[in-house]
Amino acid sequence: MRTNGPLALIFHTIFVVVMLAPIVVVCLVAFTPEGYLSLPTTSFSLRWFRKIASYPEFVHAFWVSLGLGALSSLVALLFAVPAALAIARYSFRGRDAIAALFLSPLMIPHVVLGIAFLRFFTAIGMGGSFAGLLIAHVVVVFPFALRLTLAAATGMDRSIEMAAVSLGAGGWTLFRRVTLPLILPGVISGWALAFIQSFDDLTMTVFLATPGTETLPVRMFLYIQDNIDPLVTSVSASVIAITMTALILLDRFYGLDRVLAGKSDPGR
Amino acid sequence: MSAAVDTAPANIAATADTRDGRAPWALTAPALMLFVGVLVIPLAMTVMLSFHDWGQYKGIEPIFILKNWREIATDPYYAEMFWRTFRIALLTTLITAMFGAPEAYILNRMSGRWKSFFLLVILGPLLISVVARTLGWALLFGGNNGLVNKFLMSLGLIGSPLPFMFTETGMVIALAHVMMPFMVLSVWTALQRLDPQIENAALSLGAGSFTIIRRIVLPQIMPGVLSGAIIVFSLSASAFATPAIIGGRRLKVAATLAYDEFLNTLDWPLGAAVAVLLLVALVLIVVGSNALIERRYAEVFR
Repeated sequence: MRTNGPLALIFHTIFVVVMLAPIVVVCLVAFTPEGYLSLPTTSFSLRWFRKIASYPEFVHAFWVSLGLGALSSLVALLFAVPAALAIARYSFRGRDAIAALFLSPLMIPHVVLGIAFLRFFTAIGMGGSFAGLLIAHVVVVFPFALRLTLAAATGMDRSIEMAAVSLGAGGWTLFRRVTLPLILPGVISGWALAFIQSFDDLTMTVFLATPGTETLPVRMFLYIQDNIDPLVTSVSASVIAITMTALILLDRFYGLDRVLAGKSDPGR
Repeated sequence: MSAAVDTAPANIAATADTRDGRAPWALTAPALMLFVGVLVIPLAMTVMLSFHDWGQYKGIEPIFILKNWREIATDPYYAEMFWRTFRIALLTTLITAMFGAPEAYILNRMSGRWKSFFLLVILGPLLISVVARTLGWALLFGGNNGLVNKFLMSLGLIGSPLPFMFTETGMVIALAHVMMPFMVLSVWTALQRLDPQIENAALSLGAGSFTIIRRIVLPQIMPGVLSGAIIVFSLSASAFATPAIIGGRRLKVAATLAYDEFLNTLDWPLGAAVAVLLLVALVLIVVGSNALIERRYAEVFR
């Protein structure tokens, strides 16, 4: 294999710098000691991070996002695991159509989903409720949960299951003691990817969130619409730090390349 | 996107068995009910909503009327807005292809440790909040003495500050940054299927670098570039956060206009019509170009 020439390396350096620049700038501005947007030149200060605590909207929105993400990915898995097992193991009429339907939230623009859910939940009297938001998030993160579970179920060695069956295991025992442990890495990474999707979603959630159920991205977006000050950069820097930690953990325990392969389709 | 839908069941077919006729239905039933109940029905309701009437004082009136669709068809404001939406999406797609494809190629030629490190650096932002990433661009552009302008002026490339905030240029740059990982990932996947020995063979036969890239590498990664382009295009055309933050309140695209109609003007039927039109246009474009690509590169997808 040929190696990269100097021109290629210059291109690569500029590319990486441009890719990181906006993220680095947000993190730097968050440490400014000044009262206005500026890059910290002489000293770093945590004053804007401390200030987050005195804005209960951000703190509350963070907990909403965390709970919503954890819960919706869990519920999505409850639906996705049986569906993935069915799609992976049986060839039945309409299987391809069902698989396409289950992955369709990836193809539908989130602004359309937001409108559809807003219309639907308002019509059935659940407008602005956390339950409605939760159901909407379950549908949107479902494809991610399904895809990674499906990959695990497809790659699974079924002879172990057959051995268990021959030893008399069946039904629930077979699933809990044999099948689930075997597909667990896929299930957990499916949960993690679904969580990140839910935690980051703005476009759909902005239609459904009300002051009590605002998620962190929605709160940040609405704040930015009014004005951009160092406070919102320190909130962003915190979100970036949390995501990075999750990324590193995910990479350690599962391998980020496998997770990102599941992310290679539109999600926003 | 649909390529993934197509290939998944094909891989599985080998392991599938058909012992029990009812088991697969029992297993998929909960998810199926969820999807019909809270995806198919709400989408159908949205299509219906676009045919309802609306008035400032009477609110939504559930009658069948073509008013909203006629307004979109006749008022040049909407034509201009949709044209802007697709122009921005197209430019974003071109930029990501122009820079993302070479970068994926360069990454692929790096040695193991560096390769995985830079892959993480470039793909990692995919998982970082879009709001945070766009905020970064807003800070970089920020007014006339934003960092980008200062940098360009210190290089002597421009004499006076360029406007980036609240312009299409700014939107395209920020969107291209947000979408870049999708393109790199897509081309990267295509490169993994490329046999490095073919390049070496061409080299040994006396082909120059440029010839190798043009005649060997490019034709083989083209499917990757094109499927990346479809993903980037459809995501850019329906993007919300970046156009809303960089474009401000006046420069509207389809998603931000629909948002305005729903949450500011409260004209839900008109907003629904804009959203439905966006969905239909995107589905047609994506399905159409997928079919074209698969026919053109039939052997690659087999």
